[in-house]
Amino acid sequence: MAQQEVEVILARHLAEHLALPVFIIDPQGNLIFFNEPAEAVLGLRFGDTGLMPSSEWSTMFEPVDQDGKPIAPEELPLVIAMTQGHPAHRAFWIRGRDFKTRQIELTAFPLLGQSGRISGAVSIFWEVTK
Amino acid sequence: MKVTLWGTRGSLAAPGADTVRYGGNTSCVSVEGPEGTLLVLDAGTGIRNLGRNLPEDLKRVDILLTHLHMDHLQGLPFFAPVRNPDIETHVWGPASTMLSLKARLQRYVSPPLFPVSVRDLAPKLCFHELSLDMFDIGEFEIAAQLVIHPNPTVGYRIVHNGKVVTYLPDHEPMLGARTFPRSPQWTSGYDLAAKADLLIHDTQYSPEEYQGRVGFGHSNMVQAFEFAALAGVNRFVPFHHDPSHSDDQLDQMILDAMREVDPGFGVTPGQEGTKFDLAELMD
Repeated sequence: MAQQEVEVILARHLAEHLALPVFIIDPQGNLIFFNEPAEAVLGLRFGDTGLMPSSEWSTMFEPVDQDGKPIAPEELPLVIAMTQGHPAHRAFWIRGRDFKTRQIELTAFPLLGQSGRISGAVSIFWEVTK
Repeated sequence: MKVTLWGTRGSLAAPGADTVRYGGNTSCVSVEGPEGTLLVLDAGTGIRNLGRNLPEDLKRVDILLTHLHMDHLQGLPFFAPVRNPDIETHVWGPASTMLSLKARLQRYVSPPLFPVSVRDLAPKLCFHELSLDMFDIGEFEIAAQLVIHPNPTVGYRIVHNGKVVTYLPDHEPMLGARTFPRSPQWTSGYDLAAKADLLIHDTQYSPEEYQGRVGFGHSNMVQAFEFAALAGVNRFVPFHHDPSHSDDQLDQMILDAMREVDPGFGVTPGQEGTKFDLAELMD
């Protein structure tokens, strides 16, 4: 596999130092990394999953809106950031692989480099606790 | 393909009695092809001497800047071709979404930082922003990729007739690599350096100095050797020496790193004036 772009390498480096859950996808939409805090929310370890195509990760956690209606992959903030090239934010519910349902808020932004190229997208999210 | 080191020092020029062998000029390397194509990698103070040793019939020169830090740029106005209306001079550099390359260069080459403005230099001075795709200049095929260093910074991979020179003067591959030096996919600069016949790479700090300079954008000597080993290069040139390191200190740093890493590749200390002919480099 070709070397990751520098923006992606540095994004992963930052994610590994943060206590905030972080997802990183590549320009093809593949989930190429999520950090340890994200593992705790998702009930899943990156070491066990490795790279996941968008068709898998965008549905695996069963994202639904406040009315319980499934959210289409193209409506997820991370996909919007990647495909439309601007930040996006949303609150919604997910079901982790531990079968727990959690409300999360998520902000995503594209890795838009100084060259004008988008080399991926990053999301940070957190569990909304009452 | 002939490669010559005109300046091997980083951060600040360091002339003096104890830097005579490695030299005190900042980064500048020339690459000349058999058909006469001339590339100049960075425009540190070493470019001034290059400008005094150019072919008389030179009509075009291409300056490939890795980034715009002063030690890679300071010699540009003193390079003879940029004041010569008979020579076409092309300056290439990393793109920015904020300002053109010319505008960014103008920040230094203009009053009050410099008495002459960019627009007052030779009329045949052209500026190009790198697209990060492969491109050709004359007989060379060139790849430029962003690498880990503060502010947009590229490295270059220059190919001619199957021979490869990689130039990574300012680079901190250790930063961002979780299991350095074991994962090519997650190591900045790997694609540029993979299987290069000649790798010229940042070795600014000793391992001890690096402890207090993580994130500064430079390698320590041992890390650079390890990067070269990961990339499987044929010959490695330690480069971008810290201005505080004397010739004797650099000799010792290189020896220590070679003992620690036991490299399977050749090592040539990056000293001003050193020349390489890639056709003659042994595999």
